[in-house]
Parts: sequence; structure tokens; C-alpha cells
Amino acid sequence: MGQPAINEQKSIPIKKKKSQRFKDFYKKFKKNKAAVIGAILIFLFILISIIGPFFVPYDPGAVSPTNKLEPPSSDHWFGTDHHGRDIFSRIIKGMSYTLFVGFSSVFLGLIVGTLLGIISGYYGGRTDSFIMRCMDVLLAFPGILLALAIVSVLGGSLRNVIIAIAVFSVPVFARIVRGSTLAVRKLEYIDAIKALGASDSRIIFKHILPNTISPLIVQATLTIATAILTASGLSFLGLGAKPPTPEWGAMLSDGRNYLYQAPHVAFYPGMAIVIVVIAFNILGDGLRDAFDPKSKK
Amino acid sequence: MANESQNFDNILEIKELQTSFFTEDVEIKAVDGVTFDLPKGKTVGIVGESGSGKSITSLSILRLIDRPGKIVGGEIIFKGENLLDKSNEEMRKIRGNQISMIFQEPMTSLNPTYTIGQQIGEAYKIHEGLNKAEARKKSIDMLKLVGIPSPEKRIDQYPHELSGGMRQRVMIAIALACNPDLLIADEPTTALDVTIQAQILELIKELQEKLDMSVLLITHDLGVVAETCDYVAVMYCGKIVEYTDVKTLFSNPQHPYTVGLINSLPSHEEDIEGDLPIIKGMVPNPTNLPSGCRFAPRCPYATELCNTLPELVTDDNNHQTRCWIYTDEWNGSTEVKTYAERNS
Repeated sequence: MGQPAINEQKSIPIKKKKSQRFKDFYKKFKKNKAAVIGAILIFLFILISIIGPFFVPYDPGAVSPTNKLEPPSSDHWFGTDHHGRDIFSRIIKGMSYTLFVGFSSVFLGLIVGTLLGIISGYYGGRTDSFIMRCMDVLLAFPGILLALAIVSVLGGSLRNVIIAIAVFSVPVFARIVRGSTLAVRKLEYIDAIKALGASDSRIIFKHILPNTISPLIVQATLTIATAILTASGLSFLGLGAKPPTPEWGAMLSDGRNYLYQAPHVAFYPGMAIVIVVIAFNILGDGLRDAFDPKSKK
Repeated sequence: MANESQNFDNILEIKELQTSFFTEDVEIKAVDGVTFDLPKGKTVGIVGESGSGKSITSLSILRLIDRPGKIVGGEIIFKGENLLDKSNEEMRKIRGNQISMIFQEPMTSLNPTYTIGQQIGEAYKIHEGLNKAEARKKSIDMLKLVGIPSPEKRIDQYPHELSGGMRQRVMIAIALACNPDLLIADEPTTALDVTIQAQILELIKELQEKLDMSVLLITHDLGVVAETCDYVAVMYCGKIVEYTDVKTLFSNPQHPYTVGLINSLPSHEEDIEGDLPIIKGMVPNPTNLPSGCRFAPRCPYATELCNTLPELVTDDNNHQTRCWIYTDEWNGSTEVKTYAERNS
């Protein structure tokens, strides 16, 4: 009987501490108004991308030759494009596409980059030189150019756009993780845990990785913004989504031809991209401040 | 004395250990031919100033020398087996299980992101494969053993919530969790208050008897040596210059460096007018060591003979000294032999 009672008693203080840490983080985060707005916006975007397509007024693919290039009205909130498709419905539908590309490419880049960075920083020496020189090569190309090259080699498709963006975000994550790993690896408690007989994988995943998490979350948030921008850019250039897909970059590209007659065709997808990118950026900045123990305000 | 008696089962025998650090163009010999034995159940102290190679010696025993450092020669015989022949995996099983280490800085030797209990439990998870509940129970016992009050409460605290002395007790608890045969304590009290120092040394001594451990104590504090050690090795620039039992070291130090160290200790018995005696000069640059006796440039008795490196000579009482003064070749003043004794 005594044993469970002791356990019960003990689980309380641990929980308290975890919630305390979260509270501190939340408090700091809450003070940053811009970041809160960013977080709310992103939450809304995610919600829209999930349930939005069920509530759109028109089928985003439905062509209506009689309603070409109509300006915004109560029937078509954002107007229609050169095929008479409802722009509002297309933007809502495109949201899930944009977010999916953003999240999945960054997630992929994050995993690969973190692994490479941690191996590089932990083992050092030749392994480090080799991995980091490869990363330098990737970094030497401007992101969009690299993505462009990869997509033109692999062919334009959703999957290839994700791979391309993941590849160019890998070096960014690898560098950050390598930096934190180098800093943590020299700490005495890593020596202490080595002297205790811990294996490399235990040291890496239990003692080094947790210390690299906060800069990673910040960087990932900011990279999602870049990824979305790049994905739109690729579609704009005709290398991303195939034409009927309501991708924002592609829509922007379509609208380019009608800028004088119907500026709304380009304006709304453009605004959508801007707002999503800004939301991720201000959230990233806010997270950075909240994670930084030195910023008291 | 260590070598003289066959009755002593040496738990650790270090033979001609050499550990070097390699920079682009030079090899720095941090540990250069260190040889000593650690009798089972005893405490051996390694004394020396910063850079004398005492910490590197201890890290070499656990084979925790990182690049650009490397063990380049010698043998480390632990319980009859050479640790330098072990595979990495075998070595990993010895660390923390048979040979444990505590470090100088209790502030930074604990991971700030895990609770005390999680960190002690780690030793049990690594070596004994215990589950959470078992590890926790044993960890509480361990905290009790190292004298931490209300261990059930402390176990869920984070390192920053404990004082320096408490943290060092936790470090000891972690090191002793798997009941090691040999404990290496690398300046375990340097970062602590004097009163806490005494408590921690007392604790190590007490646990040593209780758990039947041997201890290798690294320190630069001769006071600590006098209190805790059975044998002492004095290191200077990567070499052992004197090895003897602790009583002889203080009553009859031979090497001029040891004499200098003991002389520079403030004494309780007599007032010293003016400054404490010092050893003149600086520790030589490790990239450019004297070719002969390493201490010669600072030694008040050095002669031309000292331009060649003396051997570690064992006298009739098994007192080992690396100094020409105590050899037949000595050509300087014979008074020096007794001068050193008188002056201590």
C-alpha cells in the first residue's frame, strides 16, 4: 500500500514544475502582441484549410465563361478570374495546399538538418568537415534558384516542390544544430554523463538534442514563411502546381496578364501570400523573444 | 608501501602512461610516462599545479580523452586487465559501473534540464537496465546514503534548486550508484566552501569504507591530501616527481618541488613575517619543456647534471623521487640532501 501512495505524492511537484515552465513561457509570449496575432492567424489558417473547403460558396474548379474577370461583388467576394472561377473559393482551397507545402517541407528539412548538424557537431573532425562543406555548397546557391534547379530536374509536382524546399532548408537547420551541439558538447555535464558510461546515442538524444530545441522551433517557424514564399514563387514560374490546382502563386501568375482590366485577380492571392508569410514571421520573432531567457520584458 | 609488499592487491596499476595533445605542428606531452599503483581499498592522491597533467591522467584512465588528445603509450591495468586493450563498448560498460568519476564543478556537472532523480536513475538505466520505479527507489536510497535530508522531496528537484555542497553530494550519489570499485575524484572540493569541503571529504572517506572502494583523488590542495590520502604522487609537467606514503611526504619530502610546495603552505605553529615562501619562476610552456629535469629552471639547487632527465629512483623505504640529488651521480653540495629535509 505504501508504494503507490509515495508515487502519487511525488507526481504532483513534477507536474507543477512543468506547468510553471510553460507559464513563464506563456507569460512572455502573451506580452508580445504581434506574436499573439501571428499565432491566432496561423491557427485560423489551419482551421480554414481543414474545414474551409466544405463551406466555400463555389466549386473552386468550376469554369463559368459568362462570368469572366468580374470585379468583387456580393456574389463573388473576391471577383472571378479569366475562366470565371470564384477567386474567394480558390484562395480558401489553396490555403491547405500552401500550408501543407510549408509544414511538410520544413518538417523534412528539419529532421534531416538536425540529424546532420548533431552528427557533425558531436563527432567533429572529418565527419564534421565533410557534412559542413556539403552544407556550404547548398548554401552557396540562392534558395529559389536551388529549388528551381531541383524541380526542373525532378519535374514539377507537389512532391518535388516539397523535396526541393526541404533540400534548401537543410543547411540552415544543420548549422543551427551544429552550433548548439558544439556549445553543449563542451559542457562538463556531458563529460560527467560520458564518465557514467552513457552511449553516444543516449548522449545525443537525451542530453544534447533537448538543448537545441528552442532555436530550432524559432527557425522552423521562420523557415515555413520562406518555404511558402518559395513554393508560390515556383508555381508563379510554372514549376510548381499544375494549372487547375488553386495554388496562390499560380493564381498570381494568371492575374499578371489582366493587371489593368482586373487587378483583383492578382491582388487577392498576392495578399493571401503576404498575410500568411507575415503571420509566420511575427510568430517566429515572438517565439524567439519568449524562448530567450535574457529578454525579461 | 605500495610496491614493497606483495600482500597488496593493486586495483589499478598505471605503467608509463603517455597522453599527448596534437596541434598542427607540435605534440604536447600532457602526461609523459606516469607510473604508479593504487592499492585496493586505499586512497592515492595526485597533487600538482594547473597543467601538471593530473586531470589528464584521470581522464586517460577512463579513456575519455577527446581529440586532439590521444593516449600514445603505456598500460592502465585495472583489476589485472589493460584498459587500453578494451573495445569502446567494453569501456562504456566499465565507466560508471566499475570506475566512476566525480568532477570539480558541481554547478555544471549536472544537466540543468533534468531532475536529480532522473540523473541518478540514468546510471541504473544504463548499467542495470532498471525501470523507472526501481531506479527511483534505488536513487532515493542513494540520496539517503550521501546524507541528503528528505530525499523523497529532493529527488524531484532540479540542480539549480540545490546548494553547491548538495549538488556535489548528488554527484557522489550518481558516481556511486552502481557500486564502483574505483572512484576517481577530480578536485571534488575545489569549488566548495571550506566547511563544505570538510564534509564532502568526510563523506567520501566514510563511503569508501562502507562500500570498500579505492579512491584516486586529484587535487592541488596539500591540506586535502594530508587529511584523506594514504599515498601521494606529486606531478610536475606531466611527470611524477615524487611518490610515497602521505606521512613520509610531509615529514621527509625529497624533491625540491615538493619541498617548495610544502614550504609555501601557511603554518599554524609559527608566524611568518612578510610573504609566504614561494617557488620562483613559472611552469614552463608545455610546447617547450626543458630537455632535462623539468623543474631545473626553477630549482634552487640545479647543477649541470640537471640538464639530463633523472629517473624515478626508489630508495630503501620505497620512497620514489625523480631527482639527481638523491643519486650517486650528484655532484653539487651534499648538504642539499639534508637541507631539503630540514627546511620542511
